[in-house]
Amino acid sequence: MKEKTVFELSVAGRKGVTLSDCDVPSKPLEDLLGEENLRDSLPMPELSEMDTVRHFTALSRNNYSIDNGFYPLGSCTMKYNPKMNEAIAKMPGFAGLHPLQFEETIQGALELIEHLERILTEIAGMYACSVQPAAGAHGELLGLMMIHAYHKSRGDDQREWVLIPDSAHGTNPASAARCGFKVKSVPTNSEGLTDVQALKRMLNDTVAAFMLTNPNTTGLFEKDICTICDVVHQSGGLVYCDGANMNALLGIARPGDMGFDVMHFNLHKTFSTPHGGGGPGCGAVAVTKKLEPFLPTPRIERARDQYRLNYDRPQSIGRIHSFYGAFLVAVRAYAYIRNLGADGLRQVAEMAVLNANYIRSKMKDAYEIPHDRFCMHEVVLSASHQKKTCGVRALDISKRLMDYGYHPPTNYFPLIIPEALMIEPTETENKETLDAFCDAMLSIAKEADENPDILISAPHNTDIGRLNETVALKQLNVNWLTHHKEKKDA
Amino acid sequence: MSIPENLKYTNSHEWLQIDGDVATIGITDHAQAELGDIVYLELPEAGRVLQKEEVFGTVESVKAVSELYSPVSGEVIETNAPLCDATETINKDPYNTAWLLKVKVSKPDELNDLMDAKAYSKLIEE
Amino acid sequence: MSFAPHTEQDIRSMLATIGVEQVEDLFKDIPEDIRLTHPLNVPEALDELSVRRHMLELSKKNLSLDNLVCFLGAGIYDHFSPSVVDAMVSRGEFLTAYTPYQPELSQGMLQALYEYQSLICGLTGMDMSNASMYDGSTAMAEAALTAIAATGRHTVLVSSLVHPNYRHVMRTYLNSAGYNLLEVSSSSGVTDLDEIENQLNQDCACFIVQSPNFLGQLEYTQQATELAHKKGALMIVVVDPISLALLKPPGEYAVDFVVGEGQSLGISMSLGGPLLGIFACKMEHQRRFPGRIVGVAQDNNGRLGYTMTLRTREQDIRREKATSNICTNESLLAVAAAVYMTAMGKHGLRQVAESCVQKSHYAAERLSELPGVKLPLKGRYFKEFVIRLPEYIPPQRLNEILIHDGILGGYDLGRSYLEWKGCMLLCVTEKRSKTDIDNLVASVKMALENER
Repeated sequence: MKEKTVFELSVAGRKGVTLSDCDVPSKPLEDLLGEENLRDSLPMPELSEMDTVRHFTALSRNNYSIDNGFYPLGSCTMKYNPKMNEAIAKMPGFAGLHPLQFEETIQGALELIEHLERILTEIAGMYACSVQPAAGAHGELLGLMMIHAYHKSRGDDQREWVLIPDSAHGTNPASAARCGFKVKSVPTNSEGLTDVQALKRMLNDTVAAFMLTNPNTTGLFEKDICTICDVVHQSGGLVYCDGANMNALLGIARPGDMGFDVMHFNLHKTFSTPHGGGGPGCGAVAVTKKLEPFLPTPRIERARDQYRLNYDRPQSIGRIHSFYGAFLVAVRAYAYIRNLGADGLRQVAEMAVLNANYIRSKMKDAYEIPHDRFCMHEVVLSASHQKKTCGVRALDISKRLMDYGYHPPTNYFPLIIPEALMIEPTETENKETLDAFCDAMLSIAKEADENPDILISAPHNTDIGRLNETVALKQLNVNWLTHHKEKKDA
Repeated sequence: MSIPENLKYTNSHEWLQIDGDVATIGITDHAQAELGDIVYLELPEAGRVLQKEEVFGTVESVKAVSELYSPVSGEVIETNAPLCDATETINKDPYNTAWLLKVKVSKPDELNDLMDAKAYSKLIEE
Repeated sequence: MSFAPHTEQDIRSMLATIGVEQVEDLFKDIPEDIRLTHPLNVPEALDELSVRRHMLELSKKNLSLDNLVCFLGAGIYDHFSPSVVDAMVSRGEFLTAYTPYQPELSQGMLQALYEYQSLICGLTGMDMSNASMYDGSTAMAEAALTAIAATGRHTVLVSSLVHPNYRHVMRTYLNSAGYNLLEVSSSSGVTDLDEIENQLNQDCACFIVQSPNFLGQLEYTQQATELAHKKGALMIVVVDPISLALLKPPGEYAVDFVVGEGQSLGISMSLGGPLLGIFACKMEHQRRFPGRIVGVAQDNNGRLGYTMTLRTREQDIRREKATSNICTNESLLAVAAAVYMTAMGKHGLRQVAESCVQKSHYAAERLSELPGVKLPLKGRYFKEFVIRLPEYIPPQRLNEILIHDGILGGYDLGRSYLEWKGCMLLCVTEKRSKTDIDNLVASVKMALENER
């Protein structure tokens, strides 16, 4: 903790941004709001404007980001976030719009959303799309709500199960449960793919849907995807595509053509909008024709030369967002897609897959690779050999990578691969960066053999070392104000 | 890894000690080691009737949650409630002070399905 | 153009390392019959200059705050955001970071989120705040689901004066999960306490009220909280964070959950997204609340640092038993709010809030002096108030006239409440000058005369 908190930097009586005096005739606040409604004290910090800037600048300098360096975090698609997007998102004609303005006064915004939805529909190979979900998990929830509504509309009320591979993102089962479904896990076979025979045995008229990530979370394409969709459909279920890994497929293949009924994109992964340290995002959902009536309201529609918001959709599941979703995220994604065009989008997938396989080739002598086939846009290594022979775990390798100046890969995911290290380089990294990263990984593998302690005690070059999270949990401090009040009281 | 000879074991890593028709249940040394520092424990109320393999509670470390499965059917007659505020005891002494609950066994036959120390030790080696 | 940097030589040498002839070979697991044989049907590629030109044209098809003086609120507010907010959140180190799963490399973001949580607790008087939800509406729906899980009861009771869109979103969430929703209808401007008491029953997991409510009026939140607790229901209050610079914080009267929209805290209106969902609760709900939270920890050398904590509630660990499915949230907007609250500080925040109160009351008074315009509500209000227009000029019509004068008029309440047909909800923030307000009054006056 190099930097003090804003509360510690505060000096009583110091002012930050100041407004000019109120220019309307004033009355006592007690009269306007009622004395009983007024608060006694306001525990907000008191800093000068420059102190505020120095403080948050100092914090930003103590944070790793794509702009700082390579960020091979599997499943997260940490590609370059074009600066162009930021300039565009700040245009007053986008940032300065109230959501409840007359439709006639926001035609440009509605046109943009409608165009983006059409483009995403094409990329998905689906029939319609909504950009309203605020995140991938929000998209999953929407997709499942529509699946629920679809079955219900057909009187198929007994479908209470959602099947999900044991390798899936945690959001899949969590979203299913949020939607009132029960969850069953489908095993992955020795090839790292869905066990189709096991899936078949689990299917019956109580199954609402099968959720699948494709390419899946082991970085492999589900080559039996058409069969999988067929068997689920034959049992009356629908197939949901978690599109977290769409970076591998842009312009190469489309979930709709594979037989999926509904999918979500992560615009903050595939379409380059910045993650912002955990959000905002956009989990746009695309659907086939049979699910279109259930999309959330309002829908943006074009009638003659006017765009309008349609609320009159009797089968819709309803609203899922205060207004129309993360508009400025949609603006960025739209700008990115317009910049790339069809060839550029395909190049994204090709180069992302090339980069992942290049890393895979260079890693295969030093780390175990569970599945002997080309990967798609990410490669999952296992440190089980290192764990067995030198007591070094995936976490230790990850922490040691920090000493070499890299953000670690995703570790311990997917859950079915022991000591997993999931590396997603993305298409925007150059060969020199990939080579230097691979050299670091190989050097760490060597260190694991020769001097495992240096890994187990890593990182050594960061401001703090590994944190004791058990004590953090037992002496919970998530609020400076109460924590320091309690300390003072004691 | 400690695996006392006098106890019975499940493949979900609970141990069980029989005394007449009362079974004392806890989690094994292996289970606590895999979880790491245990920070939270949830136990059922006394009086609840459990079926074999029914979930009766959860243990949590900082980054993992594990459900607890009853090795036998029967009524919970006592729980080690003070343990909920001293979860580190489970890490320190899983077989003695950190017992979790006592169950009045209703289907003694089920005890035959449990593993002995030797079988359990083989299981965790795999 | 794809920002992919490889030269042809790079690609050749990488393919050689992999041991394949061409990139195509890497895709052989994808069955031929589902591989695209034609380019995607998307608009042709444009260079940055052309993209920006195209986007500027699109943006100019909108009437924005550059062209309009805004008196519209109803959930999204035109508050002033000092330049420091955008300058700080535009820093690439915040903007292009992922979720801080690796604390050693993410101390800056983690501390900013910890400060956000603490500042929200300071405003609301609650014990703990999460690091953000999608928006006010989903924060409210998640609070209701948390109350359901905590109480084991299956009905949510909500005041009909909670934002209509929030109630709609909650209905969507509750419907699919199979829970019930009941509304306390209110014919006056505030929720009727007797009605709350009548409708609260043994199956109510919680009662939800918004204060100031959708009509801008302060609710009797304290009394409502007592009623809810008496029936074993939890209490959820939807707040406007700016108002809490002056108003008594809900934490002072034992509310269980405080939720709300944080857009007012320095974030642009942006057609209503992305937004910032505020979610704060009492300590006793620490094992059940949704979303991420940052806490303080120590490393082996005793150095203090920040890390995400109470992690076993979350989807990546607890999967279908998680307290929520939320993963990506609105971190950057939480940082924006933290910068805003710090930059304004105690003095600035009070000034903003006081300005809203004085100016909205001035505007209400001036408007009510116009012939035929009435203030139908008598309760206390903060920055929004209701006017009733003469029958010959519906709110929709008035707004059409105002827009020609460069004024974004208020919300037509008839769109959401039959009983408030002919009424308009106006919002006056600190950004409106006396001249802006006088111009509004003059325009309304003219419209009334011309339309009669």
